[in-house]
Amino acid sequence: MHSPAAVEVTDLVKAYGVKGRGQVRAVDGLSLRVEPASVTAVLGPNGAGKTTTIETCEGYRRPDSGRVRVLGLDPVREARALRPRVGVMLQGGGVPNAVRPLEVLRHAAALHAHPIAPELLVERLGLGPSLGTPYRRLSGGQQQRLALALAVIGRPELVFLDEPTAGLDPQARHATWDLVNDLRAAGVTVVLTTHLLDEAERLADMVYVIDAGRVVAAGTPAELTAKGPEEALTFDARPGLELSELLLALPEGTTAAEALPGRYRVAGPMTPQTLATVTAWCAAHGVMPEGLTVGRRTLEDVFLDVTGRELRA
Amino acid sequence: MTAVPSAATAPLTDAAAAFTPRPGAAPAHRMVLAQAAFELKMVLRNGEQLLLTLVIPALLLVVGATVDVVDVDAGTRRIDAVTPGVLALAVMSIAFTGQAIATGFERRYAVLKRLGSTPLPRWGLLAAKALAVLAVEAIQVALLGGTALLLGWHPHGSPLAVVALLAAASAAFTALALLMAGTLRAEATLAGANLVWVLLLLSGGVVVPLSDYPAGAARVFELLPLAALSEGLRAVLEHGAALPAKDLLVLLAWAAGAGALAARFFRWE
Repeated sequence: MHSPAAVEVTDLVKAYGVKGRGQVRAVDGLSLRVEPASVTAVLGPNGAGKTTTIETCEGYRRPDSGRVRVLGLDPVREARALRPRVGVMLQGGGVPNAVRPLEVLRHAAALHAHPIAPELLVERLGLGPSLGTPYRRLSGGQQQRLALALAVIGRPELVFLDEPTAGLDPQARHATWDLVNDLRAAGVTVVLTTHLLDEAERLADMVYVIDAGRVVAAGTPAELTAKGPEEALTFDARPGLELSELLLALPEGTTAAEALPGRYRVAGPMTPQTLATVTAWCAAHGVMPEGLTVGRRTLEDVFLDVTGRELRA
Repeated sequence: MTAVPSAATAPLTDAAAAFTPRPGAAPAHRMVLAQAAFELKMVLRNGEQLLLTLVIPALLLVVGATVDVVDVDAGTRRIDAVTPGVLALAVMSIAFTGQAIATGFERRYAVLKRLGSTPLPRWGLLAAKALAVLAVEAIQVALLGGTALLLGWHPHGSPLAVVALLAAASAAFTALALLMAGTLRAEATLAGANLVWVLLLLSGGVVVPLSDYPAGAARVFELLPLAALSEGLRAVLEHGAALPAKDLLVLLAWAAGAGALAARFFRWE
């Protein structure tokens, strides 16, 4: 049986007026459920409706129709009760230009009853070198990490992180991932949006893939990548290659197709023999298979399967 | 099916223990005081705000008191005529222009949006802004009043009447500031707030008392908030009036009208 959900979104619809196009549904009948003390990733390309969905959960927007419950409460009508319990990381901004990181952290701490020590967050997120710098002169990555620190400083039960690693260098991204893992280990529920597949795959217990305002696939990363052929070989080459000879040469149960123009996928049991067959065919046809990889299905493949498009980074 | 290793099974480290949920808002008074201190710090750190709220009024005070720019009635000391208007200008500079510009950019940079997700309630934010404005006004009255006293100012009247006028004016100017900042784009607020500052300065009887204006203009101007404040302060501080009821009513009417409109139309994002 289900325990009460930390977040429950049912048939959410939210439309905006767009010049020349009338009302456009940014979110169009979206449902999702977030289990307590888990990490849930809302994955999708830009413009898929991720931010609208999360901002509706944060109480910034009213649903046109459908139902949103956060910790069992209505995020608009019961905002007052929710605010101390929910941490929010916005996509950019949120801090006055002239303020230094420690000042805004201390101020945020003063609004909460049992805050995390600002110094601890400074150390965890590597903000030390930026402490003397006004907000407007911080790098984008430092501003992002400060926003993350502000979201968690009040020791919330639930945090919403909107694109927490957008624009971060690899080192800062790992610091953020470590922090998300610590939050989950401590029993905090995390909902994050991302358009990075590896981020969703590495961090999330549950992934909702959304496109055009709808959930197009949902499951644990293992479930999502287990559907369909388990393993695949992909490579890039010039578009429009004739594959019939390759198909004949491949063992039975293995397929080959041009998934996107110039992106080829061979799916089926991967053996050294399969690889040799593919490379021999490439050699015979003067094809250089760029970026050739062999492996299990990734979320990228899942996304491609359900939308027919690549995730635009 | 391929098992994906999950960090869900990771042991609770010391680092993670710090994140164990323990949510709760600080007591309301602590939140409001923290926010007010934060707002005050922002004002005092902002060079343009200091120029507008302290330096320009101080210059006007010194120039108005020492240079023969205005005819003053025989028997009236120049500093006594100039100080009330300069105090009125200083109050408008922080409560209207300063608040409008600061709040406009807070809206633009999602500062208000983020504060909306913290336990600080909206009334708490407004209370904190009001406290910060009052704190700046206290600094203004101390510095400008002190300078005026050094220049030989002899204030009259009841301090309570002055406080009543300043409080009503602060409410009116802050409401106008929030109305502007909450409905216009930040750049439009910046331009508009400065323009209004200049227009009110010219029509506000700051250096020149309204009685020196053409009679028709004076009758209109005295209904404007800066003129009401400067004339009210002049009546008390220069002429020892008890409580200038008309000026106080004008200010309260502006506060009620602009406050109602701001409450209706203010947008936080």
